[in-house]
Amino acid sequence: MFEGWLQIGLFVAVLVALVKPLGIYMARVFANQRVFLTPVVGPIERLAYKALRVRPEEGQDWKGYARSLIVFSLVFWIALYLILRTQGIHPFNPQGFHSAPWDVNFNTTSSFVTNTNWQYYGGEATMSYFSQMAGLAVQNFVSAAVGIAVVVALIRGIVARSGHEIGNFWQDLTRTLLYILLPISIIGALFLVSQGVIQNLDHYQAVHTLTGGTQVLAQGPVASQEAIKELGTNGGGFFNVNSAYPFENPNGLTNFVELLLILMIPAALTYTYGRMVGSQRQGWAIFSAMFVLFIAGVAVVYLAEQHGSPAQHAAGLHTHAFSGSTGGNMVGKDQRFGIADSSLWTAVTTVTSCGAVNAAFESLTGIGGAVPFVNLGFSEVVFGGVGAGLYSMLLYVLLAVFIGGLMVGRTPEYLGKKIQAREIKLVSLGVLFTPLTVLLSGGIASAAPIAKQSIYAGTNPTGFSETLYAYLSQANNNGSAWAGYTGFVQPHAPGNVGAYGLSFTDLLGGIVLIGARFAPILFVLAVAGALAGKKVSPPGLGTMRTDNPTFVFLLIGIVILVGALTFFPAILLGPVANGLSGRLF
Amino acid sequence: MVGLRRDLLTGVIAIALMTLVLGLAYPLAITGIAQVVFPGRANGSKVSFEGRTVGSKLIGQEFDGRAYFHSRPSATEYSADATFFGNAGPNGAELRDAIREDLAAYLKLEKPYDHSLTREQVPVDAVTESASGVDPQISEANARIQAHRVSAVRHLPLAEVEALISAHTDGRSLGVLGEPGVNVLQLNIALEEAAGR
Repeated sequence: MFEGWLQIGLFVAVLVALVKPLGIYMARVFANQRVFLTPVVGPIERLAYKALRVRPEEGQDWKGYARSLIVFSLVFWIALYLILRTQGIHPFNPQGFHSAPWDVNFNTTSSFVTNTNWQYYGGEATMSYFSQMAGLAVQNFVSAAVGIAVVVALIRGIVARSGHEIGNFWQDLTRTLLYILLPISIIGALFLVSQGVIQNLDHYQAVHTLTGGTQVLAQGPVASQEAIKELGTNGGGFFNVNSAYPFENPNGLTNFVELLLILMIPAALTYTYGRMVGSQRQGWAIFSAMFVLFIAGVAVVYLAEQHGSPAQHAAGLHTHAFSGSTGGNMVGKDQRFGIADSSLWTAVTTVTSCGAVNAAFESLTGIGGAVPFVNLGFSEVVFGGVGAGLYSMLLYVLLAVFIGGLMVGRTPEYLGKKIQAREIKLVSLGVLFTPLTVLLSGGIASAAPIAKQSIYAGTNPTGFSETLYAYLSQANNNGSAWAGYTGFVQPHAPGNVGAYGLSFTDLLGGIVLIGARFAPILFVLAVAGALAGKKVSPPGLGTMRTDNPTFVFLLIGIVILVGALTFFPAILLGPVANGLSGRLF
Repeated sequence: MVGLRRDLLTGVIAIALMTLVLGLAYPLAITGIAQVVFPGRANGSKVSFEGRTVGSKLIGQEFDGRAYFHSRPSATEYSADATFFGNAGPNGAELRDAIREDLAAYLKLEKPYDHSLTREQVPVDAVTESASGVDPQISEANARIQAHRVSAVRHLPLAEVEALISAHTDGRSLGVLGEPGVNVLQLNIALEEAAGR
């Protein structure tokens, strides 16, 4: 396992090294300061404001900011739905794919507008290149930028000492896209092509294999989508098997870089945060809490997967590692990633709300599979989605301040601002909305007979895991799956001839996706509005510090407490039942 | 209401612009650059044998017959245009049965050529389905076992087959990242070329 731990250690080291430079860069972008890209991007940015008829210097209060965000997302939802519905008439469709059914498109549209990328469809078997490029990948950029805009607005609210303005939505959106997401994606995409990720607009190519069989190689503009799919913590694969497919992720180096792309913005945003609030220690405190929870998850998956699964052992297969063999649970894993890289990816993609996978989650061991459940149970605050992770974590920080304040009997204050009834009500709503949505929708889907047809594994812990994880993933805007669960039946894949959606599953999922994305955003912006302009009192002897190990410990405790209390019983019935009983079903 | 109308207008313009820039200009520009700078890789790293394209070195294929190295089991029969996960649960009785069968078949196939082979020595990758369904590689241990069979059937010295395995083993990227693996398609092509000499 030494080589495995070495790779994990190297990844962590490079990630931590990136936090400061990228964090500073982003802080400058959000503060409208000059960065090294300004000479190139500046003119484009000004042109964009002119075309959009926006005055960037015009600040918005939280209601104005929220209105712009909601209107924009709603109009974009309609545009994406129309693109997907009319797929058959668009260019860049060499396979002549017709549109998927309306209910599947409803789910897919909701999924991409919310930065989730939950996929009932298989990319290469359903979507034209136009739908992938001009529909889905655009949302990969935009939904990520929306998430980042919200956290920036929240930070401005925390900082603002006067007035009610928390920034300008259109400016935050434009600058995030032009200065952060697009440049890194261009570099990332070109790097991926250099390693073998495909990028073309050709027909699928049928080849006669070496032994005379036939294999049809799906093609497409993959690298350009792959880069932003990871960078924006979107996760929707160009191919159905996502980053397990060699044309998306051909070797150990691409795997490493893709993992960095996933985690770099969420991790660096903590530094950006420290800079914007004027105390780097505050940023590192949040980073530390996230980091501890992340590393614990990585270790558990790796150890569990290396041990192997009950089915392997019952079959008489020896799962120990020896020279030339990884050992472990290689069901649903590719050789080039082995156990270590598959385990690391599993943890990275579920702490962030990315949801891209390079191994099959449903085939993870019981305990290894419990980690994605727990990570999602934490409501994606351990780094989390770009922007979304930090704004959700900041709600937990305010909650921790409040609870800590109650414990020591002082007025809760965060960065000099009193946390009062209004803030705490909004924070509680924001923190509890997503878990409540998961349990309600997961419960309905488990109980409703009509939802049974979506389950692949049958009536057993794995089948229950499929259902629960589907709604856990959609509500947390993650998008990874116990992939047996389906809302789309496609008898003649590739192509959508004769395909039909499972409406109940598609619609319930779509509603969960939208609700659990935008309701918390509104609560967060409302918190920003409530904090903006509050008087700042200087720290005194009685002030509870929020930048020391004690607070980090408290914060971790509260994240675990909320997540564990909410989901522990449900997780017991699924993966933990598999892991502890060792029974075969 | 004025604000709402302004947001609507800005939103519609933004969507048109973003679709043009992020949805068309960006991927098409990357495609253009990729086709000029990395044409082979951008089009799927195809490999050929005797002048005809036989597949991609990144995408695994199915191999039958005793003269070839065999790829890992696949849930999708090595489909490269309709991919999916096998989704066998860790505690599945069906998974146990499938692995048991594959294990017995593997031993039955290889043991006549590698008499000392025991069940404990069978590497996990040989009898488990991959994630992608088109795993292009097998483990080095798996290849070393199959080498006995391939060398006997093809009447090639074992040392020569083992040398070919080494030549077609992809190490870890930069010496650290990922797991080493043997590229099955390229190895089998090399075997055919060795036979042709």
